[in-house]
Amino acid sequence: MNHDPHVLLRVIAKFLIPLIALFAFYVQFHGDFGPGGGFQAGVILAASIILYSLIFGLENAKQAFPPILIRIGMSLGVLLYGGTGVVAWMQGGEFLNYSVLAHDAIHGQHWGILAVELGVFCTVTSVMIAIFYAFGSRQPQTSEEDW
Amino acid sequence: MDWLSTHAVAFAIVLPLLMAAVVAMLPNVKRLAWLVALLVAVFVAVAASVVLQTQAGLGEIIYEMGGWEPPYGISLRIDALNAPILLLIAAMAVATLIYAEPAVASEVEGRRSGPFYAAFLLCVAGLMGMVVTGDAFNVFVFLEVSSISTYTLVAMGANRDRRALSAAFNYLILGSIGATFFVIGVGFLYAETGTLNMEDMRSILANLDGGSRVAQVAFGFIVVGLGLKLAMFPLHTWLPGAYAYSPTLVTAFLASTATKAALYLLYRFCFTVFDPSFDYVAAVLTYIVTGLAVTGMIFCSLQALFQTDARRTLAFSSVAQVGYMLLGIGILTVAGLAGGYLHLINHAVVKGGLFLALGAMWYRFGITRISDMAGLSKTMPITTAAFTVLAFSLIGVPFTAGFVSKVALAEAAAAKGWWWAVGVIMVTSILALFYMGRMMMVAYFRDPPTVDGVAWKRNEAPALMLIPIVGLAILSILIGMRGNVFLTDIAENAAWVMLPGSGL
Repeated sequence: MNHDPHVLLRVIAKFLIPLIALFAFYVQFHGDFGPGGGFQAGVILAASIILYSLIFGLENAKQAFPPILIRIGMSLGVLLYGGTGVVAWMQGGEFLNYSVLAHDAIHGQHWGILAVELGVFCTVTSVMIAIFYAFGSRQPQTSEEDW
Repeated sequence: MDWLSTHAVAFAIVLPLLMAAVVAMLPNVKRLAWLVALLVAVFVAVAASVVLQTQAGLGEIIYEMGGWEPPYGISLRIDALNAPILLLIAAMAVATLIYAEPAVASEVEGRRSGPFYAAFLLCVAGLMGMVVTGDAFNVFVFLEVSSISTYTLVAMGANRDRRALSAAFNYLILGSIGATFFVIGVGFLYAETGTLNMEDMRSILANLDGGSRVAQVAFGFIVVGLGLKLAMFPLHTWLPGAYAYSPTLVTAFLASTATKAALYLLYRFCFTVFDPSFDYVAAVLTYIVTGLAVTGMIFCSLQALFQTDARRTLAFSSVAQVGYMLLGIGILTVAGLAGGYLHLINHAVVKGGLFLALGAMWYRFGITRISDMAGLSKTMPITTAAFTVLAFSLIGVPFTAGFVSKVALAEAAAAKGWWWAVGVIMVTSILALFYMGRMMMVAYFRDPPTVDGVAWKRNEAPALMLIPIVGLAILSILIGMRGNVFLTDIAENAAWVMLPGSGL
């Protein structure tokens, strides 16, 4: 590590990645009453992990965010979104009718959109990382020396 | 029960959608994914039949998603036109999933069977959603859900035949172009009417009196986009490859539901969003759609005649049969629409059964080419018998399903004075006799092949495969014998939804 040519990149990235992840959660929770939401937040969180893997290598990234989590995360998000609708059914409303989720309609809408956006967040993060891993894990057609 | 009759419409979409996510997470235990998927399909079929019954009582069901009222929120809307198709999709999903257990074990890589069933359930959810929704943009969303899972399903045939990959890619490109055309059309409609709800669009377009240039462009885009999805004649080039190389049950399911759901959308947009009383709609349906339908019927029947691969033969035959249904639209009378609608249901039953039977032949003997079908009447007698019944039904022999709908179509064409169309129906039925007869001849009149001096022994398909194949063959005879009792009513009710207030 004495002659690491990427030392600046590594130091800056280590500093930035937690901030990017934090910003993702800001966008997530800002989403139910302003610009933002699950999709954008998911992309930002995935971007922090993609940045990590660009700087520190795909293998390290796969240790930080194992591929098994991707499959679970993708499905969990869908279930969280749909599950909100199922809970609304159980409370006697239409599918995804958030108004019945709490003691009054306005609180219900708040709770509903929060749960649904979390589901979107889960799925989008996992899918973005899945796409990156899928392309990143491909063996190159020509080896590095042949270029 | 009361809850189900209110919420069954949404339940039929939500259940496969959520269970697809659950199936994707299931541990890779033998048969577990299959069992869950089959149970889901059965529940969906029950929900779909509840929907059909409720609809028969009420005439029209409107379900407000999330409690938002129709012109603003997304609503699901059921009438006599889409309730039967909903049940058809659910029933075909059950039939193909019963068949799936042995087929998937031999055709799909073991570790992929969980994702396979997940993609299959997603495809079911997408198709059901396309059919029930009353919102034009929501149609596009469900169209993409079903299409994207279909591309995956087709590509999973690669374990058996690598050509599945290029077929899936071809389908992906053409299918995406079709979806793009469709969504551009919906975009123009939104620009013109300011609403996405189909009922609302209908009333606004009716006030424009068909005079709007933007609405004309929108109609053109929608017809071309849906034409790609339903394999209208010159836009069908993705279909033979996708049908020939995907796993057999996927072919059977797609042939009996995917193109039918797209055809339903064409009905929905041509008749209940736009109106055939507009000049441009009538002109497109009478000249372009009818012209392409008739050309496709003749041309693709001839192409089917010269294929060596059995599944490609049936695939080209599917394009020709789509021509019959489009001809029913082109006739523009209640009788013609009812005939086309009846043919849609019958063809789904018949072609689904035929593809399942071919799949069983591949499962036992690895048969894909027609010349390899030699002696099947001795080695697989029950499968071949069912195949024969279904083939007769495709040709249109009396007392089978195909006869009922072909006669209905021919009568409608004759009543309109289109005797040339009656001639085309006759000629293409005779062509069907030749291309199906070619398979029958080989199966019945050639001896089973011999390996090392020993003839192939009788080796019937497993029971799980035989149940849906024989069931669909019996159903096609039942429709042929008693079809005028129940199915004709269903088709005529659907046609009255499309052309309300017009006489025969």
